[in-house]
Parts: sequence; structure tokens; C-alpha cells
Amino acid sequence: MSASWYIKNGRIIDPANDIDRIADLLVIDGRIVGTDQPAPADVPEIDAHGLWVVPGLIDMHVHLREPGEEYKEDIVSGARAAAAGGFTGVACMPNTRPVNDCAAVTAMIVARAAEAAVRVYPVGAISLGCEGKRLAEFGEMRHAGIVAVSDDGRPVRDSQLMRRALEYASDFGLPVISHSEEAALSTGVMHEGPVSTRLGLKGIPAAAEAIMVYREIALAELTGARVHIAHVSTAMAIELIRAAKGRGVRVSAETAPHYFTLTDEAVLGYDTNTKMNPPLRSASDREAIRQALADGTLDAIATDHAPHSILEKEVEFDWAANGIIGLETALPLTLALVRDRVIAERRLVELLATAPASILGLASGTLSPGAAADITVIDPQRQFVYAADQVVSKSRNSPFLDQSLQGRAVLTMVDGTIRHSLLV
Amino acid sequence: MASGSTFAHRHILGLEQLSREDISHILATADSFKEISTRSIKKVPTLRGHTIINLFFEPSTRTRLSFEVAAKRMSADTFNISPSTSSTTKGETLADTARNISAMHPDIIIIRHACSGAPLLLSRCVKAAVINAGDGAHEHPSQGLLDLMTVKERRTTLSGLKIALIGDIAHSRVARSDIIGFTRMGSAVHVYGPSTLIPKGIDQLGATLCTSLEEAVRDADVVMTLRIQHERQNDPLLPSLREYARQFGISGRILSLAKPDALVMHPGPVNRGVELPPEVADGPQSVILDQVTNGVAVRMALLYLVMGTS
Repeated sequence: MSASWYIKNGRIIDPANDIDRIADLLVIDGRIVGTDQPAPADVPEIDAHGLWVVPGLIDMHVHLREPGEEYKEDIVSGARAAAAGGFTGVACMPNTRPVNDCAAVTAMIVARAAEAAVRVYPVGAISLGCEGKRLAEFGEMRHAGIVAVSDDGRPVRDSQLMRRALEYASDFGLPVISHSEEAALSTGVMHEGPVSTRLGLKGIPAAAEAIMVYREIALAELTGARVHIAHVSTAMAIELIRAAKGRGVRVSAETAPHYFTLTDEAVLGYDTNTKMNPPLRSASDREAIRQALADGTLDAIATDHAPHSILEKEVEFDWAANGIIGLETALPLTLALVRDRVIAERRLVELLATAPASILGLASGTLSPGAAADITVIDPQRQFVYAADQVVSKSRNSPFLDQSLQGRAVLTMVDGTIRHSLLV
Repeated sequence: MASGSTFAHRHILGLEQLSREDISHILATADSFKEISTRSIKKVPTLRGHTIINLFFEPSTRTRLSFEVAAKRMSADTFNISPSTSSTTKGETLADTARNISAMHPDIIIIRHACSGAPLLLSRCVKAAVINAGDGAHEHPSQGLLDLMTVKERRTTLSGLKIALIGDIAHSRVARSDIIGFTRMGSAVHVYGPSTLIPKGIDQLGATLCTSLEEAVRDADVVMTLRIQHERQNDPLLPSLREYARQFGISGRILSLAKPDALVMHPGPVNRGVELPPEVADGPQSVILDQVTNGVAVRMALLYLVMGTS
């Protein structure tokens, strides 16, 4: 397959190079040559008229379930879903079975990723088995290919362990990604508020997140190390992050599309595809998140793609597994923020490509000359129904199923090779 | 006997879904059925040939017995099953159980479950009518209805009353059904209890949150107390039942603040000496046993009415 393309007449949006204009983009042998180049003979053209041409999107927070739970997803199927959603790279969390807490598991993931449609960046565990007791070998895992460490899904309770993780990870240039929830306050199944009271479901207060976010900020301040807060869901946490950034603490943060799209009202009806951790919050939390995406308090959008089968989801709400898939809906849900004038087009690209690449220290996230041709072409108008039989992921646990969505990736290219295309 | 023709609900999942007219209709139907239980031959052929399954995932003595008595007085065939399930036992799921039961063509399934929302899940998996006999901390509609019936008998109206609801609101499905039911019928529900047992936003269900027991009970027409469990999954809700009794129990002095003929109610079983001292629980104002009697009539009415919609 050709790895050379002349992408014509697209709106090129590349925040890293401060570009936002209609232009042509030349790719030769899987590398970006640049804009405004003459069209060489024999290089196939892609007509991007009316489309956006942006750096390949990076999802810095997914669960690919391999090894161990391949009936939900595996590296190849998850990467296919990523390509369909416009992502050219995904960072996969370590809470697999076994946990990615040593170089051997990292190496296995890297080997499997060679067959995947997009780049897969493993995240190593902070602690052995994500049990919160002993540090995993960050150095060995770094050599094997991890880009960050996290005990995502099992917040680190022990503050001393977290402090040491921050210090030690900084020796290897690894960001520490924190799932910030205070365990004793997080035994519920949805956001604590009037809706949980109405439904008779046990709540998780916003304070559970804020308490732990503040601990991470305090530890980052103490150690001078870099911390990244995963899936921020509350206004309280945003206030803390905003203040910390204001005084120069090395903290970055992401949120997920469901937190800026839905509220806890979506749980009315007990749909287990509205159950995730942290939970869907109140309308004022959602508003604070939208504001924080616009003003830079939140750096990135990540999906927390968490595939589960009906075995985990067609059960009582209390007993259902947490999490929803997100790779194929993140882009249209973020484009809705652009249509709602919450963020501009350029900010969308920063949130979905530039910033996640920068936080994880990846070379991608830019259309700079010489960079690998990881490119996403977006049709911001294109309508589609996210029907169950159209889902590319192995799992279908999404609250957005059967909804009509607007805007999607029509072409996803990795190293100049097309991994997904809806262009005829 | 009231006609079932205006009743449009296939399932009884909660009072939330019932209009004021629906509730009045159920209460009138229950009222007409109540007399059957006083006959020497306590049986009518109304539901002869109908199959009713009591699917109780949580232990229950009185609610299950009440439903069974109601069904048998209507001549239905009843079957009781109590599957043991939990999130950890890798057995049959609720959906699987439901589809298996449905394949035997029952007419009505009555479900009690520890998880809020389980009856709704069941109703989506079966052809039978589903009646919620209590789900988690969500609703207990037949209890709410029998409470309404008991008050209506003594007060003749359900509008303009002050209902004091005292105790564990947070974990009580009865509290939610009572708040929805009494407010929908035009009464004011005033809730009070230790702050550890008052859930966020209870006022948005229509209740008025009080700041003292005296404020809640003063001039009340009904003093409804809820059962206390002082320890739940290591959640330190209360220091002791002894302290609860002294700080939040309905003593004779507290009850004297209510209207002189105020009704004392409790969904049972009463922790004697905790929510209510024996002299109040068994006193002249107590209608706790009337609640139990009316429970059978209300459940007969529900069985009859959901069958009328099939």
C-alpha cells in the first residue's frame, strides 16, 4: 500500500505549528513533507475539500483488556475501534490480567501491538498488581516501552507510596497518572445527589475526587514531580487544579467526553451503560468541565474506553461493572462542544492530539515536516447513527448507542498508511 | 367491586409512576376487597387459574406472607422461590432467571430484591406483570399504598394532612414511597432523623426537611417511624441504638406535640424501645396492626388491577 499522499484543499489545523488554513499537505513514504508543496507526479491525491486535516488524535486513556479479558476487547480490536474513531495512538491502562507491572507484560503488549491498526502505548502499573503496596519496576518497563505509570481503577491509598512513585517516576521522565478517588467515600454506584436519592442508589460524593486531587497536587508540590489527573469529573477538582497551575505546580489533567456531555440524570432508568467510575456528575459539574476545557485548566480529552460484555452489564445496577466504550464517539461529542461554541476548532485539536502527545512525551501530535504521517481527516458535518451493529469495538456498552451523532473521522492514517477510510 | 377498566399500568414498579387518580382507584379497589378477609369463607374466584410467582431475593416474612394471603384469597395459584444471589456468586443472572420463569407463562411476578431498579430490569425480561415488593432503597409501592389506605380510613381524606416521617430516610424504600404517595395525594411530609440517615436532596422528592424532632412532630396528623439498622457495611451511621432511642425515639412527650388523635405508624418490624417505646407502639394511637390488615387488601387490589390490563 502506498505511503505517499497529496491531501488537497483541506483545512489544516496544527496547533503545534500555529497553522489553521486551507492548504495541501504532502506525505512521502510515511513522513510529512509539509504544506504548500507542488503535487508530485505519481503520488495519489486525497480530496479533503470541506474537511479538516489534523494531527492523528491520541487517546491517552483506554482499556484494551488484553491480556486476560479478550472476550471484552483485545489489542487488535481496540486499535481498530480507535482507527474508526480517528485515533492514531492510544495509551492502554495496566489493569489487565495479569497487570502490566513488569517488563515481560509490557513486552507482550508491544509485540501484540505490532499487528494493531494504530500505535499502542502501554502504561505501566505504579504498584505490583495495582495492589498499592510495592512499587513496580518503572525503569525496566520504561525500556520495554511504557509511556507513563498508573494504578487506574484502583486509586493509590497510601500517600507515602504515591510520593515515592512521583519521585521515582521522575527519574525516568514518566508522568504518573492518578485515578483520584478517596476509597472510603467511593463505595457508591453513582454521583451522590438528588438523583441518587430518588433512585435509592448509593452515592459517591464529589468530595471523594476533590480530596484525592488535592493530595496529588500537594505531593507534586512536595516532590517537584509531574502528576496527571485522570478523568476529572467535578467542579471542586477543577478549582483545585486551576489554583495549582496558577502557582506553578506540575499538574496536568484530562476529562472524558461523557463528563462534558451527560449528567447524573442519565442514570434515571437504571441503564448500566450510565455507570462508570468516577460517576456522571451534576449539571453544574458538567458546566465547570466545559469551562475548564475552554480555559486550559483541563489539558486533554481522553475516553477511558472501558469495554464490558453483557455479562458485566445486563445485571442489577449495583452489581454492574463500571465503564463505557468511547473510542468511536469521542470525536463527535467533542465536535458538539465546537458547535456549542464552548471551544474553537484549534482547541479541539489541542485537547485530542497536541496535549496528550505532549503529556506522554510522544513525537506525534503534530504535522511538522519530517514527522511520521499520523493524520486524521475529519468531516465535521457528517451525520451518523451509532447503531449497535456498526460498533467496531468488541463490546457495545455505550450510553450513546442508537443516537444520531454529527461529525466523524473519515480517514485515519498511521505512518502514511490508511487504517480507516470512509472516503470513496 | 371497583372496575379495573380505567387502570392502565401493566407493572407496579413504584408510586412514582402512579397518578393521583391511579392511587385513588387502587385505594377504592382495596377498600372493596377488604371485606373478603372478614368472611368465614375468605376466598373469591377472581384470579382462579392465574399463576403468581413470589420471587424473593431478599428475606421477607410479612410482605411475602401478605402477598401470598392476598393471592390465595383471590384463588390464584402461588409459588414461592427465594434464589440466593449476590454479586459474587457466579450463578444465574436475574435476566436469566427471569427468562426461565417467563417461559413457564406466569401471569404475575412479585419481586423483592436488595438492588434498586431490579424490578424494572425484570419487567424488561418477562411477559408477566411485575409487582415490586421492595427494591433496595428505592420503592416499596404496596407498603406506601397500605400506609395511604390506613390513614385515609382514619382521616377520611388524604389531602391537607401533616405526615411526620422519622428515622432512617437514607436506606428506606418505604420512606421514598411514602413521600411520593402522601405528597401526590395532597399532604405535606415532614422528615426528620439523624443527619447520617438523611439523603441529599430529599426535599426534591417533595418532602420538607425539619431541624428538630419537635418541629417535625408538632401538630402532625400521622407520626410514621422507620426501622433503624445502626450498622451497615462498616458505615458508622450511629453510635448506638440506645442513643438513637433517647435522641430520636418517639416518646410519649414527643407524641403529645402531635394532634391529640394523631396516628402512630411503623412499616415493621418495630425495634421495640428504639424507634418507639412499647407504650407508644401498643398505645391507643397506634394503627400498626391496621397497616398489616390493609396490606392484604391493597395487595389483592394490585393483583386484580394488573390482571385487568393484560
